Amino acid sequence: MNAVALTTLGIEIGWGAALAIKTLVILLIIPAGALILGYVFLLKMMSHMQSRLGPMDPGGFHGWFQLIGDGLKFVQKEDLMPDGADRKVFAGAPAVVLISTFLVFLVIPMGPDLVVKDLDIGVFYALAVSSLSVIGILMAGWSSANKYALLGGLRAAGQLIAYELPLLLAVIGVVIQAGTMSLNGIVVAQQQQSIFGIDWIGNPYILTQFVGFLIFLIAAQAELTQTPFDMPVAESELVGGYHVEYTGFRFLFFFMGEYGTAFAFSAIAATLFLGGYALPWVEGDLANWIGPLVLFAKLMLVAFLMFWARFTFPRLREDQLQAFAWKFLIPLGLANLLVTALFKVAF
Amino acid sequence: MSTTEMPSAPDFELERSAMRHLADAQMNVELDTGDMILNLGPQHPATHGTLRLVVRLDGERVIAADPVIGYMHRGYEKLTEFRTYPQITTLINRIDWLSSFANEVPFVHAAEQLMGIEAPARAQYIRTILTELSRIATFVLFLGEMGLQVGALTPAFYGFRDREHVLNLIEGATGGRFHPNFNRIGGLKDDLPWGWVSETRQVMQLVLDSCDQFEDLVVGNEIFLSRTRGIGIIPGDIGTAYGVSGSNLRASGVDWDLRRDGVPYLAYPDLDFKVWTHSAGDSFARYWVRLQETRESVRMVLQLLDGLPAGPVMAKVPRIIKVPEGEAWVETENPLGQMGYYVVSKGATGPFRVKIRSASFSNVSILPWLLRGVYVPDVVTILASLYFILGDIDR
Amino acid sequence: MTEGDDAAEATEASPNPVHLDLLDRLERALPGAVVEHGTACGELVVRVTNASWGPLAEVARGDLECDYLSFVSAIDWAPTPRDGGEDAGGDTSAPVQPTDMTFGVAGSAGRFQVFARVQSTARGWGATFKVDVDEATPLVASWVGVYPGADWHERETWEMFGVRFDGHPNLRQLYLPAGFEGHPLRKDFPLLARVVKPWPGLVDVEAMPEEAAAVTAGGDGAGDGAGGGE
Repeated sequence: MNAVALTTLGIEIGWGAALAIKTLVILLIIPAGALILGYVFLLKMMSHMQSRLGPMDPGGFHGWFQLIGDGLKFVQKEDLMPDGADRKVFAGAPAVVLISTFLVFLVIPMGPDLVVKDLDIGVFYALAVSSLSVIGILMAGWSSANKYALLGGLRAAGQLIAYELPLLLAVIGVVIQAGTMSLNGIVVAQQQQSIFGIDWIGNPYILTQFVGFLIFLIAAQAELTQTPFDMPVAESELVGGYHVEYTGFRFLFFFMGEYGTAFAFSAIAATLFLGGYALPWVEGDLANWIGPLVLFAKLMLVAFLMFWARFTFPRLREDQLQAFAWKFLIPLGLANLLVTALFKVAF
Repeated sequence: MSTTEMPSAPDFELERSAMRHLADAQMNVELDTGDMILNLGPQHPATHGTLRLVVRLDGERVIAADPVIGYMHRGYEKLTEFRTYPQITTLINRIDWLSSFANEVPFVHAAEQLMGIEAPARAQYIRTILTELSRIATFVLFLGEMGLQVGALTPAFYGFRDREHVLNLIEGATGGRFHPNFNRIGGLKDDLPWGWVSETRQVMQLVLDSCDQFEDLVVGNEIFLSRTRGIGIIPGDIGTAYGVSGSNLRASGVDWDLRRDGVPYLAYPDLDFKVWTHSAGDSFARYWVRLQETRESVRMVLQLLDGLPAGPVMAKVPRIIKVPEGEAWVETENPLGQMGYYVVSKGATGPFRVKIRSASFSNVSILPWLLRGVYVPDVVTILASLYFILGDIDR
Repeated sequence: MTEGDDAAEATEASPNPVHLDLLDRLERALPGAVVEHGTACGELVVRVTNASWGPLAEVARGDLECDYLSFVSAIDWAPTPRDGGEDAGGDTSAPVQPTDMTFGVAGSAGRFQVFARVQSTARGWGATFKVDVDEATPLVASWVGVYPGADWHERETWEMFGVRFDGHPNLRQLYLPAGFEGHPLRKDFPLLARVVKPWPGLVDVEAMPEEAAAVTAGGDGAGDGAGGGE
């Protein structure tokens, strides 16, 4: 937790201890977030949607043991490395993916004071480090010495580059409205602004930036390589794509990276468009205390949308995906940007 | 046009040197990227088992595809020469294992024709019902499976879930979910169990509902349409020349269904049904035709249940079955296409030679022609839409 | 079944007007090609000369309107050998076939015969064509040029029976590994599983556990009839 928040409890700590606490929190949030998303959406929601019996069985009530069992299974598995693999790169790839996820969380505010580092360019920073994961994916695809992995890695690279742009355009709309790039500043702006004079719920940007929100969700789906944009993984064609050669713990890293990034993107979307940790009429210390819960509730809502789409849609083809990004999303994003800018100037 | 000149075991060394040579020649002309040879299978989720496709790729575009089959060759044509007629139905159950019952019918029919026996009307009706149930079970799985190959996980589970109802029916009547072995020369092993008919009516309603669901979930999906429309087009005349049959051929606009157009068999002449065709010939057409045929099969089963005659299910058959000398060709419209047996008998208790004409073998033989120039993701949808069973290819 | 050299006898043998029509078209397009014809449970079977097999494909697809290729395969008319290994004293489980070489519908000149079936999707008719091939050098024209689907069928026939198809672009193994020796569907190719071990359902070679000791003591080899048969 943040030193300031602790100060409100009357505890004085030095910067070294604060840094240690922050690191610990971040290191815990990602696995916890990944586990929560994996449990709630992958195992429970999907099982309900797909009439699955297996994941609802272990442990009795709603198959609560399934995730633990899966984790144990991964840990037990043999750690394989292909003969032709570039060993160092192969071993490093999952770490790169995971680290990029960790870094995103540095700037996401969970309360007015609950943020590891409130960067002035928080939005840019979050988007920049989140796209570092493509390097890990390329590393994995290249070093596996497997043609499927290579195809998957290359697809991932092409896809992530194409969808960085709409992601950015969607965010710029919010930045224009808020007038700041600091994530905390954006939250505060949403709380304090009004929509044409109506200010009792502030101005969550999902209302004024709805197009931007949609673009962000779609592009985030592509960034996360989730269906309908999961060609880099594409179980039915590339049998797992870039992580086809990964087993056991290393695969678990990718898995955590995937769900951790989903968690992170949901948090960013909740922060940018749903008002983040803030609730109307809640301010001060109280916001610090319930902020994480509010943010969690909002990000689960966003994550639900993402996973709903994931379990419903078929997969696009690579060229269709590119066409969709360049011919539809980016022009739409630009138009949205233009309209936002005009309104900003006009009002 | 019909074959590729590619060796079955690609010579990678030769490949590399040839490419280097090519690259040297083109160095100043353009950046040469060379080809990559990708082995799809023998273990690949899109191949339903052990089909192997040696695909030569330029980027993600297929230059040439060469199917390698035989990983599941069990030599049934040889084995039949060492078995008696009643034993053979056990073997041929395993050809197309999704619709095993339908495999038995033409063989038993051929033996009956040679012996001059005709199964009683009730047996014919029950055979027809079970054949259509096999078709429904096969197609419902396809309707979900196709979604999976296009990337949507959910329909696949619905497919398996709904197929289970139909398999329960088949198990209820025959005792076997997958390999009923229920046909006997001259009729059936048993009559239907008590309560089976009303149960079947309920399940048929379930199947109709699930067809509607698939229509909403899969056919109504923009992404599915864009992935299947115009992909893997088989023109009708090419399809027939390759021996493509069944729903695959009807999706290419060839209005040919052995249940209606062939030599009359089972209870089909008594039924009122429509043969669905689609003019497009693409992956979507194949999906659509199978969806309609599932509904049509449900209607046929309901008609059959209404008209089910009373009487015995077994004709008078000698204790030891000896089939008189002669030859018989019996073909039926199986879920996957035309299934036929050319039975040569020399008057013994077993056949002298059985040529098994299975649908998937010919359906898949069009792949080298069909896959040229498509993208890797489309390879998967085309394979899925052709819907083959490895046992039906390799026999 | 019957000799069909002239039209009068053909009428007698196959009263089916469709068959007559098909034979008539065939005779007009390829005079003298038909050696013999008959019916197999109502289906037309025509035996043609080896030389006319190649042109027959075009005629079948054109004049006979048979656009659909069902299959191409072969028959080995040699009598089934009684195998099952020397020790087993002959495999008694396999059906007993006649020991002399007899031929089926429309006859045959020798041991190997290639047969194929084509059908018309528009007209609903079909015909099975047979052609004799020489036993020493089995060779017949390929149909791949007309029916591309014949590709795999002919490859299968080649590897299973050793019949070569003249003009096939790519006659290589289809099912079996490259370099496999022998042609498995020939009658003289033994079913190895049966050679190694007789059909267990018939000759129950495994004694019950309590009897196993007695059998070993008696040294009488595998007990015939010992153990629980069906």
